[in-house]
Amino acid sequence: MITHSRTAKVVIVSLGVLLLIVVGLSVFIGRYPQPGFMNPALLKTDTLAYRLVTNLRLPRIFTAVLLGMALSAAGTVLQVIFANPLVEPGFLGVSQGAAFGAAFSIIYISSALWSVQLAAFIFAFLGMGFSYFVARRVRFGGWVLRLIMAGIAISALFSSGVGILKLVADPLSQLPDITFWMLGGLWSITWQKLLSILPMVGVGLVLLMLMRWRLNLLSLNDQSSFSLGLFPSRERLLILVAAVMVTAAVISVAGIVGWIGLIMPQIARRIFGADTRYVLPGATLLGGIFALLCDDLARTLFPGELPLGILTSLIGAIVFLFLLARGQQGTRA
Amino acid sequence: MAALLQLQDICFTYSGSRQSVLDGLTLTIQEGQPLAILGPNGSGKTTLLHLILGWLKPNQGSLQLNGKRFGEYSRRELGQLLALVPQNEPVSFEFSALDYVLFGRAPYLAPLEQPSAKDQSIAFAALEKVGLSTLAKRSITAMSGGEKQLLLIARALTQQSQTILLDEPTSHLDLGNKARLTNLLRELASEGHNLIFTTHEPDFALALSERTLMMQKGQILYDGQSSAVINSEALTHLYGSPVEVVAHEGRFLIRWDHQLSS
Repeated sequence: MITHSRTAKVVIVSLGVLLLIVVGLSVFIGRYPQPGFMNPALLKTDTLAYRLVTNLRLPRIFTAVLLGMALSAAGTVLQVIFANPLVEPGFLGVSQGAAFGAAFSIIYISSALWSVQLAAFIFAFLGMGFSYFVARRVRFGGWVLRLIMAGIAISALFSSGVGILKLVADPLSQLPDITFWMLGGLWSITWQKLLSILPMVGVGLVLLMLMRWRLNLLSLNDQSSFSLGLFPSRERLLILVAAVMVTAAVISVAGIVGWIGLIMPQIARRIFGADTRYVLPGATLLGGIFALLCDDLARTLFPGELPLGILTSLIGAIVFLFLLARGQQGTRA
Repeated sequence: MAALLQLQDICFTYSGSRQSVLDGLTLTIQEGQPLAILGPNGSGKTTLLHLILGWLKPNQGSLQLNGKRFGEYSRRELGQLLALVPQNEPVSFEFSALDYVLFGRAPYLAPLEQPSAKDQSIAFAALEKVGLSTLAKRSITAMSGGEKQLLLIARALTQQSQTILLDEPTSHLDLGNKARLTNLLRELASEGHNLIFTTHEPDFALALSERTLMMQKGQILYDGQSSAVINSEALTHLYGSPVEVVAHEGRFLIRWDHQLSS
């Protein structure tokens, strides 16, 4: 664990540089003209290679980075404001709400991508809204407990809704769409889609970054943060909305991509300690790197696209197990 | 002596409860006079402290700080005037002692501002004041109850507020830590901090406060100079169980229960 702020800053800058390097390399990783690395010189001679890179790979790479950053940042801040290191950005009915919205659009409105994206985004926010509304109605327990319980109940409602929709869906045309959306992936990313989420993700991330120190105080109980001059409930709600906004935006184009938002904050805390001044930027950069590497694998490993959500869950769960094992050693030392 | 806090006819009931906790409480707290609040469990001590903090709002009555109503202060201004040392503060993340004490700078920073090197040095000076500067980088989850209590006081000092509210500051401390804490708080009082604290220990109240308030069922039972109010009769009345205050070479001893029956 790093205890000097100067070292922490150096590590954060290094992560930023590493992210740029991975982005640079990813441009030339793919299955054209053959699986593996593409010779950069090809861009000048082969128009297909040029168009492939500019129209498909670049927006996809940027979206993967944005996806990883948004989920990691949202995961970090939600873990802090709920004072619970096992919280995940989609847990307040956000992920299941988005899945329901996507399935609903595929079956009853249109399986056109813009329609699925819009419905997923709206229902992600509805999921959070319902959870928040229910939590306010619960008469017992603290704010955190009430929201977590409400989130579990609303998630369960939406996920049973998705189950019903799957039964209704046409097994040949609609069901595969729903399933693939729920596994998560970036195969359909275009510049247009990237630009449609960029403002929201950008504004949300900048706001969270600017509040990176103050977030620490919101991990204390309400009465303590109040005594330090904060408006705990108001500031938590602001942060919650910002975190859900960036999460809903990336889920709406990428489907449900799990584990990134849970694991990256954990790794960042191992590196930087507890202070969100460093954990938040650290986790955000790590998330961008991790999501991009996973997506590179997802589109390169096999001739057919591997769902990104499966890869992030697989690698994420392995990393998590590794962290758990290492953690025990660390506490004994 | 100027009035620090004026409470006029305060009534308070927790939402969802029918039983009022405070019922028409009127009280003036002077500056520079450490105040102890004694009373049995559920007598409204902590509620009173939270009302003074502004965390709870009275259903009826008015509260004034330095002659201004609470509503006239902004959140940040109140944070600069009043600090709280809570009875226990659960912490979920492994902050270092210095990072934790630095939280006290929040009332001086805008919501999007980061603490400066100056804030950092104010926090470090507070750690030095409570004698924990050598543990600045230590994780607070690795600290003892006594060290945590000192850290909370260091955080209140970092807040640089004139008035410090303490909720049962000795409740988790062994005798050695209790003595150290008492000395530290006496020093702070002599340096001009207004201390208002709740406690279950009459001897701690005697050691630190000039004025003692005894509360029972949301009302003031006794109020006056600590050395006069804390007597056998008042304590026995307050707790409903025999308590004796014995003067011994200029100090007071508190005897209770089996000590009395033997």
